[in-house]
Amino acid sequence: MSGGEQGAARPQVPLLHDPRFRGILAQALTALVVISLIWAAVDNAATNMRARGIPTNFDFWDRTSGFDVNQTLIAYSAISTYGQAFWVGLLNTLLVAGIGIVFATLLGFLLGVMRLSANWAARSFAAIYVETLRNVPLLLQLLFWYNAILTPLPAPRASLGMPSVTLTWPDAPSFALALAAAGGAFFAARFARSRAEDDARELLASVGAALGWIVALVALLFGASVFIGAPGGGVLHWGGPAGVYLNNRGLLLPDPRFGPGFEWVMAALALGVALSLAFGIWARRRQALSGAQSPLALVSLALILGLPLLAFFAAGGPVTLEYPVLRGFNFQGGVRVLPEFVALLLGLSLYTAAFIAEEVRAGVQSVARGQTEAAHALGLRAAPTLRLVVLPQAMRVILPPLTSQYLNLTKNSSLAVFIGYPDLVQVFMGTVLNQTGAAVQVIAVTMAVYLTISLATSGLMALYARRTAWAER
Amino acid sequence: MAAIAQEPAQESAHEAAAIEMIGVNKWYGQFHVLRDINLVVGQGERIVICGPSGSGKSTLIRCVNRLEEHQSGRIIVRGVELTNDLRKIDEIRRDVGMVFQNFNLFPHLSILENCTLAPIWVRKMPRREAEDLAMHYLARVKIPEQAHKYPGQLSGGQQQRVAIARALCMNPRIMLFDEPTSALDPEMVKEVLDTMVALARDGMTMLCVTHEMNFAKQVADRVIFMDRGEIVEANAPEPFFANPQHERTKLFLSQILG
Repeated sequence: MSGGEQGAARPQVPLLHDPRFRGILAQALTALVVISLIWAAVDNAATNMRARGIPTNFDFWDRTSGFDVNQTLIAYSAISTYGQAFWVGLLNTLLVAGIGIVFATLLGFLLGVMRLSANWAARSFAAIYVETLRNVPLLLQLLFWYNAILTPLPAPRASLGMPSVTLTWPDAPSFALALAAAGGAFFAARFARSRAEDDARELLASVGAALGWIVALVALLFGASVFIGAPGGGVLHWGGPAGVYLNNRGLLLPDPRFGPGFEWVMAALALGVALSLAFGIWARRRQALSGAQSPLALVSLALILGLPLLAFFAAGGPVTLEYPVLRGFNFQGGVRVLPEFVALLLGLSLYTAAFIAEEVRAGVQSVARGQTEAAHALGLRAAPTLRLVVLPQAMRVILPPLTSQYLNLTKNSSLAVFIGYPDLVQVFMGTVLNQTGAAVQVIAVTMAVYLTISLATSGLMALYARRTAWAER
Repeated sequence: MAAIAQEPAQESAHEAAAIEMIGVNKWYGQFHVLRDINLVVGQGERIVICGPSGSGKSTLIRCVNRLEEHQSGRIIVRGVELTNDLRKIDEIRRDVGMVFQNFNLFPHLSILENCTLAPIWVRKMPRREAEDLAMHYLARVKIPEQAHKYPGQLSGGQQQRVAIARALCMNPRIMLFDEPTSALDPEMVKEVLDTMVALARDGMTMLCVTHEMNFAKQVADRVIFMDRGEIVEANAPEPFFANPQHERTKLFLSQILG
């Protein structure tokens, strides 16, 4: 510090020699130069655009687009507006990015842990996967998947058809057999667990339980006649008009139309979710009181899937399927999954998973060896050690680069334009821009969209990181 | 289960030994870390192992709970032989507690959660019972008031006492200590040693790798001196310190006490 504190009056310094004044002056001058450069550029662009008759406003937004898009998540046709085309493209981008992030995360964590496995085959597979996928340009991979998927597919008229499936209410014998088999399987599983010290009997009971579940499932799906010869059918029936087609325009599936009574299925789903949450709370309390661990995943699955299924049958199957039908050279009706979508999803997920795997590996390796040893010394086995001790600590190292990978995947989805998937860039920055000529507006909006998605993603990840942080000192 | 506050029972010396090591050998590549180790530890016996660094003393106790694998010979812990059988390893680890030089507390869990993790997931103990048990042992190591802090917020001595409490929560019959005071500031050594002395007085079977010779004199039934992977000398503390038999022991003691 200077000696200024000693006297009441600080000694005068010439203004130009004062570092603070110099700093402010330099920054003000820089700001002035930058602002005037931007101003000149904007003014120049505006003048030129006006001179060439290029639109400088957003009037085009509500005009009819006149072009079709082959994958639309909202109602859209050639008579829709450019604004609606924007939303179609945006939703397509979000769809492929969202599903891609889920796939890449699951696969990436699996591969990352595999790479550290003691198992030679698992370790080598993960290493080869990572080194191959992340060292080949993404665009090449996308084109590879696109051609690999598209080439073997036939034209619509020669579609590969699959027999359709009709859903009905199971008849009494099927239902009774299914219930009996499921009950038997349940008690076999209980017996197996209670006799955990006897290896042979445990194995036998486990096999019995598995068989019981299979019998129950088959009886329910295909009917009791499969097992006991009694007439009557299960839930699924093969035959009827073909419902599923595969050709080079995509995978065609029956379009479900929800009839009256479907609200009961939705209500049952809501009830199932609520009940499984309640069961989770009850299981925690039960653990606290008696130490028993409850099969939370199994019960939740039964509640969330089973209840709606029961409601579905009880309401008399309130879903009718609209089947795709070949008319002339193409199909009408049904739902179509584009080969472009599958190729883009595969390419993005597999590529990003390789990077996530490396980050997971780095995170796990950053956790001190002593942590694993301490957990082992306490009697924890490998899997709970990984889940309870290693991964929670590794997550702190994994999260920041994981966020970058999510952003990369979202931004890389714009490579869709090269294989013709109608994402935001292809629809909006491609077709809309070409037709309207409103280049500046369209590009600005597109950039703003990616910026918003990215900031939202990193915001959410930062929130998660803060929630899982722990006190250091 | 009435595991709460149940102290390790004092068992008679006539029962099977706590630990038996018969002709144990271990190599790291070419390096022969443990040479033909023969050691029988009785129930409730307290053993201090000392020796120069690299003598294999840490490796020896880490073989007892399979943090290290021995390559020949037999190790039998409370009548159960250590083999590649995972269930035998689990059984032994449940009964053998360990305290490390660097504490190895779980930094992402609170002190209380550090102590309840293994009772809940390994012993399947109810959470509340596990928490009561943890508080009991945290009180015994004299830091119950820190239960809701995180390891990073505690001093080294406090962390090591938590590590001891964490191990005790599994109600172990044998405790292994791997240089528990070597990473501590001098003023914190005493609080950890006091905890260990109290534990010894309660009759716990203990295997301690340490250079704290006063601790050895105070509680050890036997002191073992190791050098270059072999047990050179094993004796009761009084004759061990007063009248060491081997040249290497004399040299080591003169260096460490000198």
